[in-house]
Amino acid sequence: MLTVDHLGKTYGEGEDAVEAIGDLEFEVLEKEFVCIVGPSGCGKTTLLKCMSGLLTPTRGEVRLHDARIDGPPERMALVFQEYGRSLYPWMSVRQNVAFPLRRKRLAKEEASQLVEQAVEAVDLTGFLDRYPWELSGGMQQRVAIARALAYQPEILLMDEPFASVDAQTRADLEDLILEVRRQYGVTVVFVTHDIDESVYLGDRIVVLTPAPTTVQESLDVDLPTPRDQLETKELPEFARLRAHVYRSIKREQTSAEPERAPA
Amino acid sequence: MTRRQRLLATGLEVTVPLLLLVIWGLWSSGSSTYYFPPLTDILSTFADTWLFERVGSDVVPSLVRMGLGFGIAVVVAISAGLLLGLSPRARRAAAPIVEFLRAIPPPALLPFAILVIGVGNSMKVFIIAFVCIWPILLNTIDGVTGVDPTLRDTTRVYGVSKRDRLWRVMLPAASPQIFAGMRTSLSLALILMVISEMVASTNGIGYFVLQSQRTFAIPEMWSGILLLGILGYTLNGAFVLIERRVLRWHRGARASALS
Repeated sequence: MLTVDHLGKTYGEGEDAVEAIGDLEFEVLEKEFVCIVGPSGCGKTTLLKCMSGLLTPTRGEVRLHDARIDGPPERMALVFQEYGRSLYPWMSVRQNVAFPLRRKRLAKEEASQLVEQAVEAVDLTGFLDRYPWELSGGMQQRVAIARALAYQPEILLMDEPFASVDAQTRADLEDLILEVRRQYGVTVVFVTHDIDESVYLGDRIVVLTPAPTTVQESLDVDLPTPRDQLETKELPEFARLRAHVYRSIKREQTSAEPERAPA
Repeated sequence: MTRRQRLLATGLEVTVPLLLLVIWGLWSSGSSTYYFPPLTDILSTFADTWLFERVGSDVVPSLVRMGLGFGIAVVVAISAGLLLGLSPRARRAAAPIVEFLRAIPPPALLPFAILVIGVGNSMKVFIIAFVCIWPILLNTIDGVTGVDPTLRDTTRVYGVSKRDRLWRVMLPAASPQIFAGMRTSLSLALILMVISEMVASTNGIGYFVLQSQRTFAIPEMWSGILLLGILGYTLNGAFVLIERRVLRWHRGARASALS
């Protein structure tokens, strides 16, 4: 349903031009959970911004249901890494989650039902009338997830959403996102630099090369569902995939090293 | 702060001014200097004049001028500031004009204003509004251009309508700066109210102070000055209270970001 077609992005012009994305091509299928991993600075955020229509690509295009994306599509939501800066601090949890729904012009009851459902799905029902800054980091990110869910997107983009929370919270949030994904039947594109996380969450992993980014490989994850933080991670297949992705990233990094060296 | 520290702080806030008044009172009690009458004289004149004989004739007109001027400035400056904040091109075009107009010392505009608008209330309101606009305008622009990029992206991703983006995102996001500008403007409004009333007026507190001085009614003059001080203090205090309420989220967010 989401097609990245020969996507390229170059910042600046002439001698100062920096090629962030070289030539990217992959597809995300309906209801799929695709994790995108790559070494840091490989243009993952640029890719997400092109996919969400926030940034216009230099070459190629991204299509949602065969329609070229040239601005944020209505059936798409994006969860940022910086939860603290993507929630509106002057709005309560309820108002934050409800705010994007204004665009949809729903009846009042319908909107508030969507809000309450989404907030319940992320386990924050008791906090509807609190303000984001009264909550912990993990809870704030859950508010951001609830806001995305209430918006009822077909596709949910997530930009390293759990990179700024502690390990325990992170594991909880990983399980939470798998659960709400099942519940809402939403397609997810999940960008991360954490290999374990990508193997644990994904149906498929797209490994990127360093900038100028291309697809190194696309890898199906054949782990049983539902996943479990202990059992899944103890499976030999998990270890194999993890090592595979790790080598894949390492290989591309070392092979890219000499190209960067000349100054 | 513990309860005790708070009590101590409030105590200091109350006692120090009282103490100064007492010292002033003692120092001036036997005063025969014409220009520095005993404080008791000033206070009794104050009571005779402002409680509440001249409230209707002088205080109310002054406050109305100030309120109108300030109010107009707030509306104009916030609207213009939002527009300029959102459009880099408009900002570029307006910058030299804004910088020029705000550099003009406001009293210098009085002769022009009297000539064009006359000596009535509108002239005073105009002068007050003209001066109050700049701090609010510049702060609004600053606030809007300073909105966090992630917050902007969020707003775009969710397809928030232009109107909502303006009134429900940009305006609240810029409100801490806007309030800072309004606070500066509020004290300017008081100053310009007095100045405009001293130049051409038949009533108002500024007029009263100048008129008292000209007729050698020195205790009256002092009582007017005292009243202006009290007014300024009260207005600022009231403003801070409102600001605290409206920007409660801002203080909360900042406190949690620092912890």
